[in-house]
Amino acid sequence: MRTFGTIDLLAFATAFQYTILLVVLALIIGAPLALGFAMLRVSRFAPLRWLSAAFLQVIQGVPLLALLMFIYFALPTFLGIRLPPLLAVTAAFTLYTAVFLGEIWRGGIEAVKRTQWEAAACLGLGAWQQFRHVIAPQALKIALPASVGFLVQLIKGTSLAAIVGFIELTRAGQLSAAATLQPLLVYSIIAAIYFVVCFPLTQLSRRLEARLNGAR
Amino acid sequence: MALVEIKNLRKTFGKLEVIKDVSLTVEQGDIVAIIGRSGSGKSTLLRCINGLEDIQGGSITVGGRDVSAKMAGLKEYRQRVGIVFQQFNLFPHMNVLKNVTLAPILTGKIKKPQARKLAEDSLTTVGLLDKIEAWPEQLSGGQQQRVAIARCLAMKPELMLFDEVTSALDPELVGEVLKVMEDMARQGMTMILVTHEMNFARNVANKVVFMHHGRIWEQGHPDQMLGDPQTPELQAFISSSRT
Ligand SMILES: Nc1ncnc2c1ncn2[C@@H]1O[C@H](COP(=O)(O)OP(=O)(O)OP(=O)(O)O)[C@@H](O)[C@H]1O
Ligand SMILES: [Mg+2]
Repeated sequence: MRTFGTIDLLAFATAFQYTILLVVLALIIGAPLALGFAMLRVSRFAPLRWLSAAFLQVIQGVPLLALLMFIYFALPTFLGIRLPPLLAVTAAFTLYTAVFLGEIWRGGIEAVKRTQWEAAACLGLGAWQQFRHVIAPQALKIALPASVGFLVQLIKGTSLAAIVGFIELTRAGQLSAAATLQPLLVYSIIAAIYFVVCFPLTQLSRRLEARLNGAR
Repeated sequence: MALVEIKNLRKTFGKLEVIKDVSLTVEQGDIVAIIGRSGSGKSTLLRCINGLEDIQGGSITVGGRDVSAKMAGLKEYRQRVGIVFQQFNLFPHMNVLKNVTLAPILTGKIKKPQARKLAEDSLTTVGLLDKIEAWPEQLSGGQQQRVAIARCLAMKPELMLFDEVTSALDPELVGEVLKVMEDMARQGMTMILVTHEMNFARNVANKVVFMHHGRIWEQGHPDQMLGDPQTPELQAFISSSRT
């Protein structure tokens, strides 16, 4: 046993960078996939809609923790390869982002009136131009509050990566608590760090929401 | 050859037959007013002409080309045919300038540096040059509708379709929109318009078409159609729309 000290704080700082790394990776890879997924969900081709809806049901019906454990522990048993923790957790959070953020964006796209598509089509714009210039900007504005809300979920969700031994903020807290036997102090600090990051985002989301409702 | 040639058009929504054997010829420069009760198929007919609805029978030919929702080159076709709806459908996230120039730029009709000039010309036609930097939400209904018309004009269409473009407007705003349409008619634009404005049909159109239960029940010159209707249905319609 040792006393809680600078070394723990430094460990938290390092681990926090990994938390951020996870979030950033999930967003960088997941956001384009989310856009693709949203477009599949509203596709004019029914089979694509069905497939993406089924996929959504699966991912929505499984706890994130189970998804994480599936990719890290279960995949190797039939693929024969063990993914390194960073890869496994990135895969899980990317999938999570693609589907949930994609659903939020689908909602935004569908909230834009159908007549906007029609007006753009009638001016001779192609399907992609209609989406890119007329629908997407309006959908994004509608979906922005919920997207920021999702970001908060994602940041907190990365703590689940601790379960596969990936050392992000929560895992660093576990290790520190075990070494110092000061769980109250350690977890208070960990919680405070999450809070300091998430609170402004929650506020931002709320502000955006209010502005959106005020606008129309 | 006629600009628009519709032959034996049939359109159904599921079991509901909305357009039954409609044939109509529109010459270059014609102003055709379509009148009729709610649900008689007027909007659907316009939407078919613009390739917004697939058709179940007959044919629509515009400028010598067969038109359908599945036609190759639908995009290019729509660049030559403007349509204005009852709800103006402006793009709320763009100012007037961008609303008017988006399509000409994206479709390559014009380069960006010339776009403003084009917008100024179109907006002058509808009398809204001073609103070029305004946002749709800052405009009255009548002004929004005139911007919607300018947005079509910027594409330099050879045919314009109007679907009850004044029906959503407060009565005092109807006149300004009708005036713009009258100016366009005088400039020689070919127009097909669905309208409840009988005076406009009488004074501006050179042909009136009365639709009833998905058919063209009666058509002809406005004076004859509105002054001396032949069928009891048109007689009833005209006396009911005289307010
Ligand atoms: N997308 C659709 N699906 C099913 N039925 C439709 C659809 N669009 C129109 N209809 C039906 O087709 C018929 C004709 O509609 P349409 O809108 O063409 O009439 P209209 O003459 O324009 O009437 P109004 O004066 O009320 O605008 C109506 O019975 C309507 O309910
Ligand atoms: Mg109608």
